[in-house]
Amino acid sequence: MQLKLEPRGFQSKFWSYASPVLAIALTIVTMGVIFLVLGKDPAVSLYTFLIEPLVAENGATELLVKASPLILMGVGISLAYRANVWDIGAEGEFTIGALFGGGVGLAFPDLPFAVLFPAMLIAGVIGGMFWALIVALLRTRFNANEILTSLMLTYIAQLILIYMVTGPWRDPQGFGFPQTAMFSANATNPTIIEGTRLHLGIFFALAAAAAGWLLLTRSLLGFQLRVQGFAPRAARFAGFKENKLVWTALALTGGLAGLAGTLEVTGPIGQLTPQISPGYGYTAIIVAFLGRLHPIGVVFAALLLGLSYLGGEAAQIELALPSAVTGIFQGVLLFYLLGCDTLILYRLRIRSSRPAAVRA
Amino acid sequence: MTDTPLLKLTGIVKQFPGCLANDHVDLTVMPGEIHALLGENGAGKSTLVKIIYGVLRPDEGEILWQGEAVSIANPNHARKLGIGMVFQHFSLFEALTVAENIALGLSDPKDREGLRERIVEISTNYGLPLDPDRAVHDLSVGERQRIEIVRCLLQSPKLLIMDEPTSVLTPQEVEKLFETLRRLASEGCSILYISHKLEEIRALCEKATIMRLGRVVAHCDPRESTARQLAELMIGTELKPPSAMRAGAIEGTPRLEVNRLTLVSDHQFGTSLREISFSVRGGEILGIGGIAGNGQTELMDALSGEVYAGKPQTILIDGVPAGHMGPSQRRSAGASFVPEERNGHGAVSAMTLSENAFLSGHIRHSLARLGLIDHGKTTAFAQEVIKVFDVRTVGPKAEARALSGGNLQKFVIGREVLQKPKVLVVSQPTWGVDAGAAAAIHQAIIELANEGTAVVLISQDLDEIFALCDNIAVIAGGRLSAPKPVSATSVSEIGILMGGISDPVGDSHAA
Amino acid sequence: MDFQYTSFILSVVIASTPLLLAATGELVAERAGVLNLGVEGMMLVGAIAAFAVAVTTGSSTLGILAGVGAGVLTSLIFALLTLSFLSNQVATGLALTIFGTGLSALIGKAYVGMVVARLPQIHIPGLSDIPFFGPVFFGQDVLVYVSFALVAAVYWFLFRTHAGLVLRAVGNSHDAAHAIGFPVIKIRYLAVMFGGGMSGLAGAYMAIAYNTSWSEGMTAGRGWIALALVVFATWRPFWLVVGAYLFGSIMYLSLYIQGFGVHIPSQFISALPYASTVVVLVAISRDRKRIRLNAPASLGKTFHAAG
Repeated sequence: MQLKLEPRGFQSKFWSYASPVLAIALTIVTMGVIFLVLGKDPAVSLYTFLIEPLVAENGATELLVKASPLILMGVGISLAYRANVWDIGAEGEFTIGALFGGGVGLAFPDLPFAVLFPAMLIAGVIGGMFWALIVALLRTRFNANEILTSLMLTYIAQLILIYMVTGPWRDPQGFGFPQTAMFSANATNPTIIEGTRLHLGIFFALAAAAAGWLLLTRSLLGFQLRVQGFAPRAARFAGFKENKLVWTALALTGGLAGLAGTLEVTGPIGQLTPQISPGYGYTAIIVAFLGRLHPIGVVFAALLLGLSYLGGEAAQIELALPSAVTGIFQGVLLFYLLGCDTLILYRLRIRSSRPAAVRA
Repeated sequence: MTDTPLLKLTGIVKQFPGCLANDHVDLTVMPGEIHALLGENGAGKSTLVKIIYGVLRPDEGEILWQGEAVSIANPNHARKLGIGMVFQHFSLFEALTVAENIALGLSDPKDREGLRERIVEISTNYGLPLDPDRAVHDLSVGERQRIEIVRCLLQSPKLLIMDEPTSVLTPQEVEKLFETLRRLASEGCSILYISHKLEEIRALCEKATIMRLGRVVAHCDPRESTARQLAELMIGTELKPPSAMRAGAIEGTPRLEVNRLTLVSDHQFGTSLREISFSVRGGEILGIGGIAGNGQTELMDALSGEVYAGKPQTILIDGVPAGHMGPSQRRSAGASFVPEERNGHGAVSAMTLSENAFLSGHIRHSLARLGLIDHGKTTAFAQEVIKVFDVRTVGPKAEARALSGGNLQKFVIGREVLQKPKVLVVSQPTWGVDAGAAAAIHQAIIELANEGTAVVLISQDLDEIFALCDNIAVIAGGRLSAPKPVSATSVSEIGILMGGISDPVGDSHAA
Repeated sequence: MDFQYTSFILSVVIASTPLLLAATGELVAERAGVLNLGVEGMMLVGAIAAFAVAVTTGSSTLGILAGVGAGVLTSLIFALLTLSFLSNQVATGLALTIFGTGLSALIGKAYVGMVVARLPQIHIPGLSDIPFFGPVFFGQDVLVYVSFALVAAVYWFLFRTHAGLVLRAVGNSHDAAHAIGFPVIKIRYLAVMFGGGMSGLAGAYMAIAYNTSWSEGMTAGRGWIALALVVFATWRPFWLVVGAYLFGSIMYLSLYIQGFGVHIPSQFISALPYASTVVVLVAISRDRKRIRLNAPASLGKTFHAAG
């Protein structure tokens, strides 16, 4: 007896939807086992990790707060990955975006909101794009692998952030803490529901998802990105320019990540600190895969992975588990997803080792 | 000669998803016999020999080797039994040397002792010169085939399987190969020779097993059959002459002009193009023959604009300087292209037929407006291609990879032909497609030319070129011979050109 | 003066060794055609496993073995997904790094603040006491020698043995290798496991030789730098030594400069290894022909045998 994968010869519609569901189910079971190994009651732990954050006070809005940056970056990453542009540096683009946007806010705290805040968002987009376009330049001009360069630039971005908040931009009244002053009221991302932390980010996120969907399914550019990803030679045959597509894909990813970064520091955080992201940029990669590299799918995936952050916090407080369970949940989920995705193109056949018996 | 067959297959069945590749196939090969396995693309020949060589396992059936039942687990096992195989697509490693490549095919460490000397010995002995220390990517296709043959001979095989060995050789090289094979047979080695080229089989083989759609349909002695009889057995119907004939109205002014096209290949295994010039008038079909790897791919890329051809005047499409243009602009100027490779070049296998119709059709058919795709118009265009070219599929929503090779090729050709181009460049349009599709494709090309399109047909199949073209030129080592009317040349003359075009300046170093 | 040189070289060696170990493992995997981007994750899992076992048992040897074993185990997840379930190698490698980072942090929580005995530097009476040469050639810790021996062994295996030829053939064209009859998948499993073991060893080195304590994410991108080193070396083992020691020097220098109180913000100096990685990648990759000539042709491609 052996298991064999047999090509279907086409993509199974059923499995492209069923695979994430199966992967999520397997991940939940696996997390239960992990909780058990850690000496916790699996049922209680899973409840704490996955349900309690939702039923808690402000649970729903907190989830949206976490999901917003994930959606923004997940949409950009989806478009880039469709074109085989493997930018894994969204975290760095988020950081530089936050620095640019936040920098404008710190420099002109007294400008009216209607001028200042949009300017900050634009600066954030430019910052993220700038950081991503370094990667584009290195790949198109020098053939340097974007996976490695984008990641290296992320480490560098983090160090730049630390330098800025401990050096030039440190708040003189901040008792020596490595952080900037709080943003002025005019430079602050307004909350949209009183008493919660829900900010404008969710509108931008949903708009990005809608625009991403339109781009991917209806536009020539989206078509070009997809062809580039499926078959680069066919893209050349059709007359699509690879370098232009690489620049576009990275500009989109970087711009959206930079926007997310600015929205995050001007909203829930309120200032620049050395820790502005709990790894949103990496999580957004999982969001993109789980969402089938599709902007609408990304929205749902971002909700689940946003939940994993809330769950991690809850598990830390109530079960005394390290917040690293969030990372494990995310890693395990991506493993299962990649495994289950095999079923989209292949079917599993059980075969006896004696070939003749198959036809019986 | 004994009465025990060297190899006897009975009732071999091999099922692939959606296709019964071998349906109760029987085959008997006697010692010292040159046995042809004849059939169209997709008849199941390659599957059958892969089973004999242990690459695939049969679902059902029995294999007798020298009278004893065997189950051939893998190619190592096959080689131990004394079976050698030369693949159609060589199983060679570009980055490794000749000796390393040969060593990889020898499973017994004893066979690898003193290997380099033995390579030299065998290769001189059989007239197959090879340098053991050269890297494979530096070698010509013919030399690469020699590696495979020498690799088999080093193990003194009892059965040598040759899968379509001549498609990459010049007529002269084919003659040499046949000498080697005859000599091997006279030394007692059986040869299983797979081909769909009838004249070759009649010249070489003493027995033939003919396959069609996975089944054995006939046995015969090819020396006593005509090529026509063999073809009809192979295809299963009587051969009809093409219904469209060349109308013969060739206009005066050239629609496609190429002037001294020189292009250095930036690919490590590529061929550079040198001073290529030709022109094609409306209504004319120019055939470009040649052995694979002599610059066809580079020429196609330069003509389609995938690689920039340099100065604008290098290529004129309908009088418009186009050397500096990319593929989209050349399409706007009136050209249309069918590259050699369907999967991943001419079509995207993971995309639907609608999307594939859009791929190259959106310019001339204006399928996109303001950057947005007109899905309705696109689907209608795909539907039209499917209908006019009789593409067997469930519809425009089907993924390209779900289509058979012949159907997908009809779709790709149809997509270009229905754009009513002024210039059509096609490469290997019937490679790997069944006879029905090939006939339809040939007819479409002829009809398009009759309507006044200038057609360039790049093909390694000389029969195809002689059947379709008005003029013929040969590409060898990146140079193009001067086009000649088909009526004023012969296969042997073309064959000599294929071996290398001498440089008028005189530094001829043809292979 | 003499003493300073010696300590400088010893420090560079310590900074370079984990890079060399991890890159050597990845080179073998890539030579077989598998791109495993999970080096960072495997290193972290190897580091925490080695640290935990070394702290618990008090034995560096057991710690090292645990690190290797943990690296092999995590690489098996990657092998199973990419080789048996045909998943995308890039995505799976990323998943491995995310997972490894999380898993090591989870296990490591209990070990934060503990200290382990440093892997001892060997001492050969007489030889090790020779000024300068003694400590440099006869006074390193055992894994330094192991790292050099492994590079030599990998070179010998790849270019001097038939099995190594087969491995290179699989990386050059898995279809041709399959047609000739080599078990492509099995060979790749072994290559990936070797890569995992080496990453685990590199992680163990980080935890009990480079450092003597555990901290979350302590490899700080070294796994990624090791991946870049394989490109830098254009897949040739001895060039890995050059690359690893170049980067080891840069990493040590950045600490060294900070110690001197030079007036450059420390973050800029800390960024030096990452910036250098980018520079080196650009310098090597711009020669497209050389990369294409040396890179294993089927690197990163999924293999599925029909039938």
